[in-house]
Amino acid sequence: MGNALHLENVTMQFGGVVSVNNLTLDVPEKQIIALIGPNGAGKTTAFNCITGVYQPTNGLIEFMGKPMVRNHPTGKALKNYKGENADKYAKEAPLSPTPDQITGLGIARTFQNIRLWKSMTVFENVLIAKHQHAKQNVFSATFRGNLSEEKRMRDETMELLREQGLDAYKDELAVSLPYGLQRRLEIARALATGPKLLLLDEPAAGMNPQETIELADFVRQIREKYDLTVFLIEHHMDLVMNISDYIYVIDFGSEIARGVPKEVQNNQHVIEAYLGVSDKE
Amino acid sequence: MEQKKNISRIFIGFAILFLIVILLENLSSFIPGLPQVFQPTSPLFTVLKKAAVYSLVAVSMNLLNGFTGLFSLGQAGFMLLGAYTYAILMVPSDQKEQVYYLFGGCAFNFSLLDMFGGIFGKTGVGGAISMIISCLIALILAGAVAGFFAYLIGIPVLRLKSDYLAIATLGFAEILRAIFQWQKLGKITNGANMIKGFPTFSSFNITNASGATILRLSTFVPFLVSSVCILIIVLLINSSYGRAFKSIRDDEIAAEAMGISLFKHKMLSFVISSFFAGVGGALFAMYVANAQAKAFTSVMTYEILLIVVIGGVGSVSGSVIATFLYVACSEWWLRFLDSEQYIGGFKVPLLRNGFRMVVFSVVIMVIVLFFSQGIMGGNEINIGAFLKKISSKSERKR
Repeated sequence: MGNALHLENVTMQFGGVVSVNNLTLDVPEKQIIALIGPNGAGKTTAFNCITGVYQPTNGLIEFMGKPMVRNHPTGKALKNYKGENADKYAKEAPLSPTPDQITGLGIARTFQNIRLWKSMTVFENVLIAKHQHAKQNVFSATFRGNLSEEKRMRDETMELLREQGLDAYKDELAVSLPYGLQRRLEIARALATGPKLLLLDEPAAGMNPQETIELADFVRQIREKYDLTVFLIEHHMDLVMNISDYIYVIDFGSEIARGVPKEVQNNQHVIEAYLGVSDKE
Repeated sequence: MEQKKNISRIFIGFAILFLIVILLENLSSFIPGLPQVFQPTSPLFTVLKKAAVYSLVAVSMNLLNGFTGLFSLGQAGFMLLGAYTYAILMVPSDQKEQVYYLFGGCAFNFSLLDMFGGIFGKTGVGGAISMIISCLIALILAGAVAGFFAYLIGIPVLRLKSDYLAIATLGFAEILRAIFQWQKLGKITNGANMIKGFPTFSSFNITNASGATILRLSTFVPFLVSSVCILIIVLLINSSYGRAFKSIRDDEIAAEAMGISLFKHKMLSFVISSFFAGVGGALFAMYVANAQAKAFTSVMTYEILLIVVIGGVGSVSGSVIATFLYVACSEWWLRFLDSEQYIGGFKVPLLRNGFRMVVFSVVIMVIVLFFSQGIMGGNEINIGAFLKKISSKSERKR
């Protein structure tokens, strides 16, 4: 089985600060891969590069074996460039799709700080995520020439909510849900876009241990059910060690370790990175 | 099934509204000796006409500001485009010489009215048909021109956010106004002078052979056009695209991550909003019976923005209610403040020309300070549900 996602020499530099440095990793299909690291290690920046929020300064990102994002530093960025492999991708034209195009390819994400649409109900939150694949144009949508498609979208949304156990809340405002359910709704919304790869940015943030255990089962379940590849950022070591097939550890933007959970747990660099920054883990 | 019932109820609601309007404006010809309010010259009808026109523009602005979260202040500019398009297309050829006399005639010697007049005839029923068709086409073209310019200006401008977008669109509207007043374009725009002579609302009054009015429709026409346009906007807002607009308003980053193309949807909203602002501008030209760039200042945009805020950002029914209240206050109810008033022998102090605007400003400040959500907040009046309530009540009585 091939790689769902492949990052090669991805470097993201903001001014003089290198947030992600020469990151190379693989996310094989149908696996759960974790990216961990202390606070400020560049995990979310790496996610933002993958989802098109940022354009990486240098490097290549492939999705399902095809180049999706590619860039190399030019001009002033090249002069200030502190990373490596500056000329490796200089021959090929840069690729920088917008986030919505990347979502269209089949990558969906959740956010570290929940970003649900506040004025809308649970049902609408999921329904809107179906909009990008709707065939209707603005005229047929306005003059209701698309009733069958609209009905199909609504039915699918209802089905999805039922599967996620959110159907009881469908008419409530998304922000009125308890925290754990908001997280779940965000995942349901991401699933509604029909992804092949799901990126979870700290899905267990703010959850208690019981909720965290439930989340682990939940992530496994949705992987089976929707045939997904999951790539997640997480701070809860219990969760990461529990569900990941493979782990990448980064600190100060660079990879410091990789391996199956057992290996990473005993890696000296990882212990240092975590103990050196904070003593809470 | 319930939905179909609801739709038919809404249509019945509109039909009743139109009937009331037609009845109201013809009341004075059936029953002589009515109070001045019901006479055709009464401020009541001025208010109704102007409010019908403004409500369309307010709703179109709400689509952009309230539903898509784009703070744009270009509405007057798009109204101007619509008004001029309508005026230039509709002035009959034989009147062009007279209207453009300062510039020695018009460079654009074409009139929709004449074209359809040539097909259906210029008088009687044929004249009515040709006027209705040419007016409809001119209104749609007025919207299309505004929408086209919105598309052009949208390409660079929609990359901007919040205040910057507002400044850019405001600037665009002011530039347009200056260009339309430019003497060198006089052969088309009549320079700083007004274009007139095109069909207005009162052209829709049905007259008999001797020229006496049989049936007044001059208030009904703006009501009809605005209602249809607002209905289309409401349908859009409740469609999949409308939901996408709202998601952009609530959280752009999340919307983009869920596959909604920001640029495409912002552009759609901007163009559609401008289209209806253009139609509104054409209606405004019909209302004042002339088209002049001087009228479409930024003050007009602020007026409409004010209406949107008073009605509730993100509420169509709020915008409509606020328009009628606002226009009634500014054109009618507060007019007495502008002239000296006596209670018995006592002269009320302060009342003089311009005092109305002082009171008006205070009222607006109070509203903005204490009712910052506006009249409706983000809620809507559901006409269908309202009528259902009434009909079920009356059934119970039986």
